[in-house]
Amino acid sequence: MRITVDVDGTRYSDEVEPRMLLVHYLRDQLGKVGTVSGCDTSNCGACTVHLDGRSVKSCSVLAVQADGHEVTTVEGLAQDGTLHPVQEAFHECHALQCGYCTPGMIMQSIDLLEENPDPDEQQVREGLEGNLCRCTGYQNIVKAVQSAAGTMREGSAPQAGGAR
Amino acid sequence: MIPSAFDYVAPETLDDAVRALADAGDDAKIIAGGQSLTPVLRLRMNDPSVVIDLGRIPALRGVRDDGDALVIGAMTTHHDILHEPLVREHALLIAEATATIADPQIRHRGTFGGSLAHADPAGDLLASALALGAEMTIAGPNGRRQVAAAEFFEDLFTTSLQPDEILVDIRVPKHSGWTAHYEKFNRTAQAWSIVAVAAAVRVDGGAIAEARVALTNMASVPVRARGVEEALVGRAADAATIRDAAERAAEGTSPAVDGNADADFRSHLARVLTSRAVTAAAGV
Repeated sequence: MRITVDVDGTRYSDEVEPRMLLVHYLRDQLGKVGTVSGCDTSNCGACTVHLDGRSVKSCSVLAVQADGHEVTTVEGLAQDGTLHPVQEAFHECHALQCGYCTPGMIMQSIDLLEENPDPDEQQVREGLEGNLCRCTGYQNIVKAVQSAAGTMREGSAPQAGGAR
Repeated sequence: MIPSAFDYVAPETLDDAVRALADAGDDAKIIAGGQSLTPVLRLRMNDPSVVIDLGRIPALRGVRDDGDALVIGAMTTHHDILHEPLVREHALLIAEATATIADPQIRHRGTFGGSLAHADPAGDLLASALALGAEMTIAGPNGRRQVAAAEFFEDLFTTSLQPDEILVDIRVPKHSGWTAHYEKFNRTAQAWSIVAVAAAVRVDGGAIAEARVALTNMASVPVRARGVEEALVGRAADAATIRDAAERAAEGTSPAVDGNADADFRSHLARVLTSRAVTAAAGV
């Protein structure tokens, strides 16, 4: 079946089998290996991407379901070589140990901050409940999300409504 | 893991979906949000020859006010339900239960109707639908029919939906002015309820005027805790009433035994969680 999907701002049109999972389409067909496949059971959230601006686990979406829609992966966040504030904060706060969960953590953190630009620690932990860090390195991840939230609020403060 | 090969159809109207289902025969599977089905396909616990996607039928999404009831489209996502003020105002119990489902990513895709039709006994929305007396609208080749939640859930993963039928919407009688709480016991890494309790009450002048309590995962289908309801109604909304009523929570249930809990432990959980759920719902 032929699908047309906008991924990280580029339009792709490909012939895929209906059983192909979105994560495999991104990685194997488009070479977007920034998105990783972790648990295979929709528990771990490592494969999180945005579908029409909302976080989803790309191991639990068929590529054909993304036909005509817009996907953003961790590879599409940086603008002209400048990291997204959440990426920057993960770097600054050293919010990773092995790094495998990082793409999914970053994508879900961005979704979380769009819903709640000023989350407290508990709200960050709940917002990331679908993302597992098997190194158990949650402490710095939470710090990074709160740090990014501060940066993003400052960045958006001069604009009425704070739209990002 | 990669699912077995299947054909994929994505109709754009309900009529087309009903026709596609009839054409596909017994070996077809409907995909709603896909948050239960996709993992099942990946694990090859099911290998349908055709998957019919309801995701491109806009008429199946959304919540509308229909006088004395809310009508929730079967394809309304959990996320949209949580952001719909009508649900909070008139069917608070559903909002409370929805908030406990899985995680944000899954709530973005998973749907109200998909959860009910899947009928996982650990699914969180079944008990709330039963407690509030929801009614399912079902479409098939011979038109539409209505089925009450009490008749809809037949067994483990089994509903009264026939192989050629599709769940269209869910009519939830308004419970405006009721307060509600969904209390759940689960492993942190897995949001499936080991046992959970859905409680909605209407407190009037310090007394419990009406009560609806239903249990998740205390049988192969959701069950009303009628003994608890009887013991609550007409009594003072206080700790003593709730404690006594909660003692009756496991009456008439047939809890499963699995790796998470045996039947006695599930019965214990039902009593404790009922006490907590009603306490929170009644604001005691």
